[in-house]
Amino acid sequence: MEDPSKSTTSEAHTLSDSVDLDDATRSEMEKAGVIVSSVDWLYNWARSGSVWPLQFGLACCAIEMICSAGSRYDIARFGSEVFRPSPRQADLLIVSGTVTKKMAPQVVRIFNQMPEPKYVIAMGACAISGGPFKQGYNVLKGIDRYIPVDVYIPGCPPRPEAVLHSLMTLQKGIRRQRTLGKGSNNPAYVEGNREYPVPSFSGKDLDPPYNPEVWQPPEKRPNMPEDGCP
Amino acid sequence: MTMESSVVAGSEPTVEPRGFELIEREGLETNLLEVSMGPHHPSTHGVFRMDVKLDGETVTELRPVFGYLHRNHEKLAEDMGYLGSMPFTDRLDYFCSMTNNWAYALAGEKMIDLEVPERAEYVRVIMAELTRLVNHIMLVGFFVNDLGALGTPLLYALREREKILDLFEWASGARMMCNYMRFGGLRNDLPEGWLTKCREVVDAFPYFLDEYEKLLVENEIILVRTQNVGVLKPELAINAGITGPMLRASGVNYDLRKVDAYGVYDRFPFRVPMGEVGDCYDRFMVRILEMRESIKILRQAMDELPEGPIMGEAPRVFKPPAGEIYGRIEGPKGELGFYLVSDGTAKPYRYRVRPPSLVNLTVLEDLCLGHKVADAVVILGSVDIVLGEVDR
Repeated sequence: MEDPSKSTTSEAHTLSDSVDLDDATRSEMEKAGVIVSSVDWLYNWARSGSVWPLQFGLACCAIEMICSAGSRYDIARFGSEVFRPSPRQADLLIVSGTVTKKMAPQVVRIFNQMPEPKYVIAMGACAISGGPFKQGYNVLKGIDRYIPVDVYIPGCPPRPEAVLHSLMTLQKGIRRQRTLGKGSNNPAYVEGNREYPVPSFSGKDLDPPYNPEVWQPPEKRPNMPEDGCP
Repeated sequence: MTMESSVVAGSEPTVEPRGFELIEREGLETNLLEVSMGPHHPSTHGVFRMDVKLDGETVTELRPVFGYLHRNHEKLAEDMGYLGSMPFTDRLDYFCSMTNNWAYALAGEKMIDLEVPERAEYVRVIMAELTRLVNHIMLVGFFVNDLGALGTPLLYALREREKILDLFEWASGARMMCNYMRFGGLRNDLPEGWLTKCREVVDAFPYFLDEYEKLLVENEIILVRTQNVGVLKPELAINAGITGPMLRASGVNYDLRKVDAYGVYDRFPFRVPMGEVGDCYDRFMVRILEMRESIKILRQAMDELPEGPIMGEAPRVFKPPAGEIYGRIEGPKGELGFYLVSDGTAKPYRYRVRPPSLVNLTVLEDLCLGHKVADAVVILGSVDIVLGEVDR
C-alpha cells in the first residue's frame, strides 16, 4: 500500500471524519434520518468487505491458502470466501508459491486480465524473493519484478492466520484509498487499467529480466552482479 | 472429418467407454477443437497443463505439459551436503512431507549401513500412516470437488486434516514442512502427551470415515461419473511402472510395505485393498479402504511403541563411501525412491528422485482417450498428482 506519511489527505476511517460538516448541522440531519458520508468512505467500506480472490494456486502455499478457506480459519468472516476461477471476476491475486520462469508470463497475463481495482498479495518466501529455491536456475526471484505487490506474507509456507492477517492489512489499505478529486491515490483511477508487458520465456531466461516500471535493482554494492541479485 | 477418422492414428483408444456408442455420421464434416487446459485451471491440481484435442466433447488426443513448477530440486541438492536436502524433500510432495523425509533418510541410512533405533522406527511408522490419512483424505476431497460437489466434501476433509496437522506441528514444529527425520533416527522425541492426543485423533477417525462413506460411496452421481471411467488394465499398469493405490486399484497386489517390509512394517498385520476393474471408482475406493488399514497399523504401532533412544549412532559429518544406492518406500501416492550416487565427498554426485506422481501420470492419455472432456478432469483427479513432485 502507499506510504501513509506521503498521503496528502487524511484517512477516512469513520463516518464522521469523512465529511466536513459542523456538529449542529450533522445532529439536525441525523434527527431527520439523514446520514451524511463521503462517496469514498462508502465505496471503500463496501469493496474492502468483499475482496474476491482468484482461485489460483502455484505450489505448497496454495494448500495453506485453501486451508484458510476451510472451516477452522474461515476467510469468509472477512468477506473473501468467493474464490473465483476466472481472473475477470477477481479483485485479488494471491501469488501462492514458487513462480518459475516458465510460469511468470502466465502470472503477469492473469494480472493483466483482472479488472481494476486489483490487488496482489505475494504469499510465501518464494513469491517474495525465490525463497529456498532462489539459487535455482529456473526460479524467478520475486514476483514484484513484474507486477506491483501490495502485501507480502513471509513464511514457508505462511500459516493460514498469516493469510488472514494479510487480508486485513490489505483491507486497511483499501479503506485508506481516495477515489475522486485531487488527492486521489487509487492507482485504478489515477493510472487507468494497469497492464504490464508480459515477459517472454526463451527457454533460458525471461526477457526482460524485470519490469523497470515496477521494480528497480537495488543500488549497486561491491561484489554484486549486474542484475542486482546476489 | 468423420468420427472414425478423427481418432488420431497411432493412438487408438485403449479404453472403450461402456454404455456409450460412437455414432457413425457419414458425410458430416467436423473439426477437431484444441483446448489448452491449464496451467491456471480450477481443476488441474496445480500448474499442470493438458493440451486436449476434442471431437465434440470426446477426447481424441491428450498431451500433458509440465515444468511450470520445476524448482531445480535435484540440482540444488547436488550443491549442498546430504542433510541439507532434508528440508527440500518436504517441498516435493507437500501433502506428505513425513514420508518424503523417510524415503530420503532411508536412502542415506542404506549408504552408510546405519542402524535406526526401534523407537524411531515405530515413530516413523506412526508419522507415515498419519501422512497417508492426510493425503488420502485430501485426495478424496479434491476428487469429489472435481466431480462437481464444490466445497462441502473438501471442507470435511480439511477439518480432519487440521487435526492431524496439529499433531505434526506439536511433534516437529511445522504444519506442513515437518523436516522431522534425520539419517539414523528423528530430530526430536515425541513431546509429552502427544501419544494420548494422537490416540484420540485416530480413534475418532473411523467415525468420520463412516460418515464420509455414507455420503459418498453409494452416491448415485459418483457411481455414474466414476464407474467404468478411465479403466486402467493391469498389464498396462505394470508396463508403465504405475505404483501405489493406482496399481492396486487395477488388481495388482503390490505394496512395498509388504514386498520390502522396510522399517518395522513386517510386525504389523494389515491387509492390502485391491480393486477389480481399475476405473476411477476403484481408485477412489482403494484409498478409502487404505485409510481403514492405516488406522489399524496406527493403533498397533501406538500400543507397541517402545521406550529408548530416537537417534542412532550417526556420524557428525555425513560422508558416505563412493557408490550408489536406491532407497524406496511406499509413499501415499506410490513408490517414492531416492537414487543417490556418491563420489566419496560430503555432497551427492547425483541425486535423483523417483516421483510416483510423475510416473503415474504417464498413462493419463491412455485413460482419457474416448472419454468426455469432463471425465478427463475426473481421471486426473483420481490419479492423485502433486505438481511439486511431478516437476520437482
